[in-house]
Amino acid sequence: MSKKNNKFPLNLVIAGFGGQGVLLAGKLIAEAGLHEGREVSWIPSYGPEMRGGTANCTVILSDSEIGSPVVENPDVLMILNRPSMDKFLPSLKKDGICIYNKSIIEGFTPRSDVKMIAIPASEIADKIGSTKLLNMVLVGSFMANSKAFSEESLAYALKKSTSAKHQNLLPLNEKAILEGAKYI
Amino acid sequence: MASKVLMKGNEAIGEAAMIAGCRHYFGYPITPQSELPAYLAKHMPKRDGVFVQAESEVAAINMVYGSGGTGVRVMTSSSSPGISLKQEGISYIACAEVPCLIVNVVRGGPGLGNIAPAQSDYFQAVKGGGHGDYKLIVLSPSSVQEMADFTVLGFDLADKYRTPVMMLSDGYLGQMMEPVALPEATNIKKYDKPWATIGARGRGQNLISSIHLVPEDMEKHIEHLYKKYAEIEKNELLYEEYQCGDAEYVMVSYGITARICKTACVMAREQGIKLGLLRPKTLWPFPKMPISKLAQSKNVKGFISVELSTGQMIEDVRLAVNGLKPVELFGRTGGVVPTPNEVLTNVKRLFSIK
Amino acid sequence: MKDKAKILEEVKTMKKVATRPKCLSDRTFHYCPGCTHGVVHRLVAETIDELAIQEKTIGVAPVGCSVFAYWYFNTDFSQAAHGRAPAVATGIKRSVPGSVVFTYQGDGDLAAIGTAEIIHAANRGEKITVIFINNAIYGMTGGQMAPTSLINQKTQTSPYGRDSETMGYPIRVSEMLSGFEGVKYLSRVAVDTPANIVKAKAAIKKAFQTQLEGKGFSMVEVLSICPTDWGMNVPDSKKWLQENMIPYYPLKEFKAPKAEDAKGGE
Repeated sequence: MSKKNNKFPLNLVIAGFGGQGVLLAGKLIAEAGLHEGREVSWIPSYGPEMRGGTANCTVILSDSEIGSPVVENPDVLMILNRPSMDKFLPSLKKDGICIYNKSIIEGFTPRSDVKMIAIPASEIADKIGSTKLLNMVLVGSFMANSKAFSEESLAYALKKSTSAKHQNLLPLNEKAILEGAKYI
Repeated sequence: MASKVLMKGNEAIGEAAMIAGCRHYFGYPITPQSELPAYLAKHMPKRDGVFVQAESEVAAINMVYGSGGTGVRVMTSSSSPGISLKQEGISYIACAEVPCLIVNVVRGGPGLGNIAPAQSDYFQAVKGGGHGDYKLIVLSPSSVQEMADFTVLGFDLADKYRTPVMMLSDGYLGQMMEPVALPEATNIKKYDKPWATIGARGRGQNLISSIHLVPEDMEKHIEHLYKKYAEIEKNELLYEEYQCGDAEYVMVSYGITARICKTACVMAREQGIKLGLLRPKTLWPFPKMPISKLAQSKNVKGFISVELSTGQMIEDVRLAVNGLKPVELFGRTGGVVPTPNEVLTNVKRLFSIK
Repeated sequence: MKDKAKILEEVKTMKKVATRPKCLSDRTFHYCPGCTHGVVHRLVAETIDELAIQEKTIGVAPVGCSVFAYWYFNTDFSQAAHGRAPAVATGIKRSVPGSVVFTYQGDGDLAAIGTAEIIHAANRGEKITVIFINNAIYGMTGGQMAPTSLINQKTQTSPYGRDSETMGYPIRVSEMLSGFEGVKYLSRVAVDTPANIVKAKAAIKKAFQTQLEGKGFSMVEVLSICPTDWGMNVPDSKKWLQENMIPYYPLKEFKAPKAEDAKGGE
């Protein structure tokens, strides 16, 4: 069990287009947190907006019982598309962290009272082998910036969340995570 | 304790139901409870179970009536409009004393409404819903863990008292993932059911029925039901008190809303406000006595019923407080869920707390 | 004239040609004089006896005149909500697969409020047997128009006769269900004459056998009379059935199991 740590509770919102792997990214982070013995919760936006529109989920990692699973002002944002940047950036806590996919998000006004981490995630993912890996690049950066869990815990979560027939894709995912972890 | 797994609330209900020995599910698709039938459709056949997608909610609840009448553990699930359709069947089931579990993943209404979380089916669940004199045991989970635990509890209470049990959940709890320690199959209690309609082998007729044509007979049967309900009220009440010991203001809230209230309690304490929470885990039986006790406490200045409705549970809170202290409402409805900050702001507004 | 003692003595030596079926309880029917529910009850009870399935049969009673059908059968029973008997039967059969489950339903119960349930139980090929009493009227509620009431038939709610313009046409349930793959035995019979009663018995037996053999859904539609609500005496009622109902609802075996339908069964 981890010791009490003022990092926690850590509230994260992940948002992007449906199909960008927003919900899976959140699930991995929750699994990794659970692996380290934390209380975790994962809650998606659900309903019609899931179908082709924007998707988002809230993940909470905590050392004590989690109350509200939805948060007004997250500590960390992981933003995968422009509409989500417009929607969620104003809600980010002062001194919070905004990790975003620079490849497709531009022309917005960044905040100066938070840490903005711009990652060319689509390019990195393409280079590794598939645009689909861009969520993993951002998860890697989240790991490095939040220090909420170890690389081993994330690898465990990744393996657990990957179906038997896709286990061969694990090395590519891990590579994407490590590339993302360089962005702090 | 078993190791924890990350599960969605709706799936936790499905897994816990099978652990509890449920091998019969009858339902009809409706959002936001679809993960539950999907989970059972996938896993029931692997455990020699029966999954039937019925032609309607009406048919599904009547399949439950037939199935539960044979003594097997049976369940159905739906969401608000579908639960409305099931009410006739639920009334029959209560009268005929058929044990079963009914899950309502409540959504915004009235009408077709929307698929966002709500608690506006409270009256329907605890005050009857269908026609006639009857009660349902109503369980209100507040976490994915409780969704699993209350599923097992629900089947147990249903068998113990030969009565339908409803689990009142909502879209948030159904969709959210949390770590769950799944119940142990070895702890599941089994009940003899000599009344089951499985064929009259070596005995006289067993009959599952809700018709009592002679008024005196019907009255006698209802009295029998209400004796049973009195036992349930005596034995099966569940609730949680959070920071109530020295509380000046007590929120009463259940389900997802209670969690938001817990966070509001923590925020209030940081501001020096003595805010507590009483969370009913059973909505029927309702924690009348614990609320009454708090109302008699010198510390307590007032109560706030916090619910996702225009004020349904507040009626029961008022009955329990019985005029001793003011009871106010903070409700959002139609699928809108308040934030902890919004709850706290409104508690302060309602009681003019600076 | 023989004296009574002598007759009783003779009775003892007589060959028994008919007796109360074991499955039929010793209780006086509550049905109106001339009603044919009693006849059909007996046919079902005889069938259960002959197939030796009393201990594994579970009946489902409807809402309607036969709501108390369970009074008359020495088998387990479940009393269903109006129209829902096929759903209740589905629940029972799926929970006790080795049982024999039958529903007993009238035309209002089965063909109006319970339309969805009968269609989908049939379409799923539920291994149940449905006894469908078609007497072209709502009996218990006092003689209202049924979905099977004939054109121009006068009832409490069609006092000027059923007008297809505003009330639609009588539903031919058996014809409708005959196209369903899940339906393995389907027959329409009548209980207006001794000869037809014998045929009805044969059909009911085939329906139960179809279930016993695990083949699928089986139903017998029984054209019946309701002298009370038709406002006729019994002979006139039978005549009305023969002259009006049979031409519209022809007696026919729509479907019977083929050899290749066998799926193991009991």
